[in-house]
Amino acid sequence: MRAIAEPVAKLIDEFSRLPGIGPKTASRLTFYLLRAPKEQALALADALRELKERTIFCSICFNITEASPCPICRDEGRDRSIICVVEEPLDVLAIERTREYKGLYHVLHGAISPVEGIGPDELKIRELLERLKAEPVEEVLLATNPNLEGEATAMYLARLIAPLGLRVTRLARGLPVGGDLEYADEVTLTRALEGRREM
Amino acid sequence: MGRERLYRTEAIVLKRSDFGEADRLLTLYTPEWGKLRVIAKGVRKPASRKSGHLELFTHSRLLVAKGRNLDIVTQAETIHSFRPLREDLLRTGWAYYAAELLDRFVGEGVENRLLFNLLLAMLGWLCEDVDLDLTARFYELRLLALVGYRPQLFHCLACRAEIEPGATPFFSPASGGLLCPRCGEGQRDAREISMPALKVLRFMQTNRYELCRRLRIGRSLHAELEETMRRYITYILERNLKSVEFLQRLQREMSE
Repeated sequence: MRAIAEPVAKLIDEFSRLPGIGPKTASRLTFYLLRAPKEQALALADALRELKERTIFCSICFNITEASPCPICRDEGRDRSIICVVEEPLDVLAIERTREYKGLYHVLHGAISPVEGIGPDELKIRELLERLKAEPVEEVLLATNPNLEGEATAMYLARLIAPLGLRVTRLARGLPVGGDLEYADEVTLTRALEGRREM
Repeated sequence: MGRERLYRTEAIVLKRSDFGEADRLLTLYTPEWGKLRVIAKGVRKPASRKSGHLELFTHSRLLVAKGRNLDIVTQAETIHSFRPLREDLLRTGWAYYAAELLDRFVGEGVENRLLFNLLLAMLGWLCEDVDLDLTARFYELRLLALVGYRPQLFHCLACRAEIEPGATPFFSPASGGLLCPRCGEGQRDAREISMPALKVLRFMQTNRYELCRRLRIGRSLHAELEETMRRYITYILERNLKSVEFLQRLQREMSE
């Protein structure tokens, strides 16, 4: 005999498979939903279903979208001579928020990480190269994260793109806004010094 | 060996993974506590004061607070960032290999100061040296010796006879080193090892790195050395190292 009803146990199980959620949090969420109005629980269920059923990868840039090509790839107003390469769809959002960038994107869906078994074949790299050969691109902006995995990915890409004769740029690295000089590490500071600007 | 509530340690970051909203789970190698898993809070935010000091393969000075489960890094300061490892893809690949190899061979919380010193030296060599395959072989031999798997390169492990130049001996991972031509014949995992390869391995096992780095080794001999060590290491670990695949791919693509 089990102390807990089958559907409850099942939901707890499903929740605890999510990243960052342990068995306690999973039970808490489950019992919250159990007591919440029916509409709220069903809205969550619908949202989950739509998440899986109504999203696809954009066939061009591999961002998550409802229709392929995605709105950015379809937008006639965007600068087609530059492609910004990012690790994750969330990075596209971050760059879009700046309203500074008007070009196109390419989402790799990860970064090279040999120890986790993520190599070039696990990322959308072949697709990027095909794009660069087919589209009128002049510049590739490598906007992978400024950590070791991101740098390794950027170096790897730069070497692959070099024979195509395109301009390859990297997002600047340096001190963060709101940061503190005395806490900066030497790699960041060195790069900030190298990239100093006239005032 | 109780650690205090707040303790200081040097550390090299071997591995890390994202954790929670903006935290990271780090696997460190330290002189006092060996392999140590800790949490670094908030290091994925751009303005984090610690993130740059907790990059992979950085040698740092840390202040760590004992946590209920995992300990928490409260302060971090770089001692050496090994910058060339971050600016040359092949060197990056080798650093991944060095860290993964050590990670696989040691359990958590076992002190081995010599191993720490070896890793520290290795990261330095990987920044400067030209023949990184040679550096890797030296590192493998030293690491194996420090964790108790020093391969026997002088005597036959079956009949104890000294191996001398002449007939070709065998290298057998299961036996832990050499077998003489008579004992090794027909052994399933034994492969012949050439005299030049054996000499290089013996030299590296018994000499300091400063001498070993001067060796000049041709391509085919390198291939044999790599194959021999790879077979031995894979036998002990009972698995392939993930970084090897990446390294081999890089080397292949770069030679194209």
